[in-house]
Amino acid sequence: MSAPLQLLAWVPALPLIGFLILVVTEGRLGKLPVALVGVGSVGGAALLALLVSLRFVQSEQDVYVQTLWQWLAVDGFGPTIRLYFDGLAMVMVGVITGVGFLIHLYATGYMAEEEGYSRFFAYMNLFVFAMLMLVLGDNLLVLYLGWEGVGLCSYLLIGFFHTDPANGYAARKAFVVTRIGDTAMIFGLFLLVRELGSLDIQTVLHSAHASWPEGSSINTLIALLLLGGAVGKSAQLPLQTWLPDAMAGPTPVSALIHAATMVTAGVYLIARLNDIFLLSPAAHLVVACVGLATLLIAAFSALAQTDLKRILAYSTISQIGYMFFALGVGAWSAAIFHLLTHAFFKALLFLCAGSVILALHHEQNVLRMGGLWRKLPIPFFCMLVGAAALAALPLTSGYYSKHAILLTSFDAESIGPWFWGVASVAAFITGLYSTRMIFLVFFGTQKTEPHDRSGWNMTLPLLVLAVLALGGGWFGLNAVAGVLPDGGVKHGEHAAWLAWATTLIPIAGVLLGCVLYGYRKTESATDAAPQPLRGESIAGFLRGGWGFDSLYDALLVKPFVALARLMKGDPVDSVFVATAAVARLLHKITATTQSGQLRWYAASMGIGLAVALLLAVLV
Amino acid sequence: MNLLAFILLLLAGGAVAAVSERLRPNAARWVSLGVLLVTSLWLLATAMTTTDTDVVALTRLAWIPRFGISVQLEMDGLSLLLVALTLFLGIVAVVSSWTEITERRGFFQFNLLWTLAGVVGVFTAFDLFLFFVFWEVMLVPMYFLIAVWGHEDRAYAAMKFFLFTQIGGLLLLLSIVALAYAHYASSGVISFDYHVLVNAPVDQPLAFWLMLGFFIAFVIKLPGVPFHTWLPDAHTQAPTAGSVILAGILLKTGAYGLIRFVVPLFPDAALQFRWPAMLLGAISVVYGGYLAYSQTDFKRLVAYSSISHMGFVLLGVFAWNQIAVNGAIMQMLAHGFSTAALFMIAGALQQRLHTREMSRMGGLWTAAPRMGAITLFFVVASLGLPGLGNFVGEFLVLLGAFQVDVWLTVVAGLGLVMAAIYALSLMQRSFQGTPADGVAAMTDFGLRELSIMALMMFALIGLGVFPQPVFDLAAPFVNRFVGGGP
Repeated sequence: MSAPLQLLAWVPALPLIGFLILVVTEGRLGKLPVALVGVGSVGGAALLALLVSLRFVQSEQDVYVQTLWQWLAVDGFGPTIRLYFDGLAMVMVGVITGVGFLIHLYATGYMAEEEGYSRFFAYMNLFVFAMLMLVLGDNLLVLYLGWEGVGLCSYLLIGFFHTDPANGYAARKAFVVTRIGDTAMIFGLFLLVRELGSLDIQTVLHSAHASWPEGSSINTLIALLLLGGAVGKSAQLPLQTWLPDAMAGPTPVSALIHAATMVTAGVYLIARLNDIFLLSPAAHLVVACVGLATLLIAAFSALAQTDLKRILAYSTISQIGYMFFALGVGAWSAAIFHLLTHAFFKALLFLCAGSVILALHHEQNVLRMGGLWRKLPIPFFCMLVGAAALAALPLTSGYYSKHAILLTSFDAESIGPWFWGVASVAAFITGLYSTRMIFLVFFGTQKTEPHDRSGWNMTLPLLVLAVLALGGGWFGLNAVAGVLPDGGVKHGEHAAWLAWATTLIPIAGVLLGCVLYGYRKTESATDAAPQPLRGESIAGFLRGGWGFDSLYDALLVKPFVALARLMKGDPVDSVFVATAAVARLLHKITATTQSGQLRWYAASMGIGLAVALLLAVLV
Repeated sequence: MNLLAFILLLLAGGAVAAVSERLRPNAARWVSLGVLLVTSLWLLATAMTTTDTDVVALTRLAWIPRFGISVQLEMDGLSLLLVALTLFLGIVAVVSSWTEITERRGFFQFNLLWTLAGVVGVFTAFDLFLFFVFWEVMLVPMYFLIAVWGHEDRAYAAMKFFLFTQIGGLLLLLSIVALAYAHYASSGVISFDYHVLVNAPVDQPLAFWLMLGFFIAFVIKLPGVPFHTWLPDAHTQAPTAGSVILAGILLKTGAYGLIRFVVPLFPDAALQFRWPAMLLGAISVVYGGYLAYSQTDFKRLVAYSSISHMGFVLLGVFAWNQIAVNGAIMQMLAHGFSTAALFMIAGALQQRLHTREMSRMGGLWTAAPRMGAITLFFVVASLGLPGLGNFVGEFLVLLGAFQVDVWLTVVAGLGLVMAAIYALSLMQRSFQGTPADGVAAMTDFGLRELSIMALMMFALIGLGVFPQPVFDLAAPFVNRFVGGGP
């Protein structure tokens, strides 16, 4: 074993130490020391991750395992805290620490004016630690530790501005909705222990092959339960409703947690446990369908949003839908590739949005923006790059990954062309809403006066991410191809028309966007809240996320709260209270007989005697 | 280690504390703290030097030989863990009520120490008659703690607590005597010795009814639905130290009774009763969690959450396999810390704001960020975040129960969602949101409160990350426990 590989444990340890320092100092440090600890710990982790990765690639081993300690051992159930570093983990760790570092750096500027500077970086560092444990854990229980840890940090950071109750509500919604998914997932873990006797990922994959025939129902059930956890965390149907509200958090949080890393945890989970899904064609198909439905629905919703961050939120749901879709059609590498490029361009988009929002004094409504490209050239340029990648225009990183997904989907058994068709429609819509966003924010008449307040610490991450969003895909799918086996997918030659169509459809969307939004420069047109769909009711329906929220509200939340209000006094207690009341009543009745009046006593004695005699005679 | 001397030391400490008040008003709390520190060190020294986790300490004296009653005190790994929890939370109780109690301070510390002595006795008595004596010893001083130093509705709450526990105590006494008599009838030897009675065969259906008597007595204490309704009142009205001891330790005596007596004494009857018991556990988890959410009183919410958490213990004990029983033991310890801390926070809030009503709180984080962060920690522990002790307990209980009954585990699993709902709503309503009127001047935790909180946080992290020593300590008992099962 070469020494540097053992540095792996320090990659998650550094952010944890950063977190502890920030907690123990209780916010007494100045801004600079906080930034040094907060950013430095993640930067250090990124550097170490780079060293370890280089060494790992050089060493040409498939996997590096580092055992830390035995968590517990009870009756043959003995999860170990062990780090597992392979190609997939390398990609994930790279994204988490690399993009994480850039976002931390950006946040030193973005959060400079806010209260709770130290608390912010403490939460962020804790998040990075938990996310690293999630992707490095060799055991599903360790993964679950990270899984819940990132959920907690997401909750804390969504509700970071805690004096506004709306933020607190959004935070709790995010936690509770994902908890529902997590509970499904934990039952998947219980089943795995019962069936395979272990939660060790490699053991699980190995014995799944050995013990289950393809398509066994227990396997399908486990896969679906795990999928439940994945859809919660990754905001896929039907648990997607929390993510748009999660935009209540500061924008760097949205970039890191709700775009680049945490929300892709579900993708990671399925990719990591790919064999479980390969063994169950039914569950595998469900993954594809969930992804497909989500990517389409969310794309339409993104088109109707008026809040810049909510556009990006729905866009994130939609893009993760593409990843699920890719996993579902067996394009494992393409899914991870899209995860990587999406991390670049979506983090970039969020950070640009943050710069714009900050410059406009926390104005988030795109209808009150416009004409900013001259005043905010760097965010404009970077956002243009990000939007192009999001729309999958040729030569951008997003093009390579999405192109791969769409082409592979065409090959999926029997329904492939349908899959391809629906996903392409969404790709068209993606081009449309990306263009709409750019035009509304940066072109047309200016409605709010911007004050560019970004220093180098905010500009540098934008530029680096822009380079990555543009060029991150050039090294091609081959770089991540070795990460996962592409099971069940034939990499046949695709017809030329298919490749052309897949390339041109997003471009068509962009062009239509230019026509719809680009030529509406007159005051009245922009004021009339341009909608691609004329009917305001349809737009409202889409903007509200297809009514999922109101449905859940009416079906679940309201009855739950109403019943809770009714039960507050504890119905069980009324039984005991009633018993006590009866006792008290009896006491009262018998007490009245103790009146102290002699004639009462004489009368009752007489009656008693008469009854007794009567009974004696009759019986 | 002489266990009798150990308990007598606590009792004597209580007496000294009561008298010391006459010398100086504040002497009592120092006496209390001193006695608890000495006993803790004594226990620690014993634990460090012991090599046998089956019999850590054993004290045996003849008492009423005519009826086979003796002072038989034993400490195995399980008892050691629970006695350690008792002393630790005893210290927490003394420190948390450091400034809260201003009247009859000596008598207060007397009751505190006598309750603790009773609890230590309960955890170490291996003679059933002696066990019952200690069971009553811990009850009466606890009654006084609520009735004298409690809040506005203390008389009602104390009476309710007393009646419920006393009915349980009556059932317990009847069952103990009947068990000893049944053993006498079949063997001609009268004995209250646990080790003798464990191996005594009792005929059905008598065994079932005796088991039920023990079971109800302990489930009242646990408390499990539907015998739980004394707890929200008692907790809410008790002074902080009372709540800390009540939730942290006294509930554990119910759990301990189930695990030490009900199942080992009546394995066949308990097996017969396994499903209903697990059902009660699962119902307690969900019902307690749901009612916790519906409360508006900070302390009441935490009280109902206790019912939910102790439901896991009931579920785990009757799931009756290695994994679940270890989970139940872990849950007992972790719940002791997390709930005691939450009650201490509730007490601190009441002392500062003169209310427990969450509608009159809100936005406290701004005034007291340290308190907010600490509350957040224990709230998160309470909802079962991995890395903290409660998760290990709940996870193992559910994992073990899952092997026995899938659907009951699914019901109890809903408790995980429920916990997230009530725990975060507690956080929201008290510390987050718009600051309520008059909370801006609230003082934050000082060094005294911070240090005791820090200890409990370390304990929960320790249990969550390195839980194995607990399982190792309990192993001899658990092996026997599971060995006698299905």
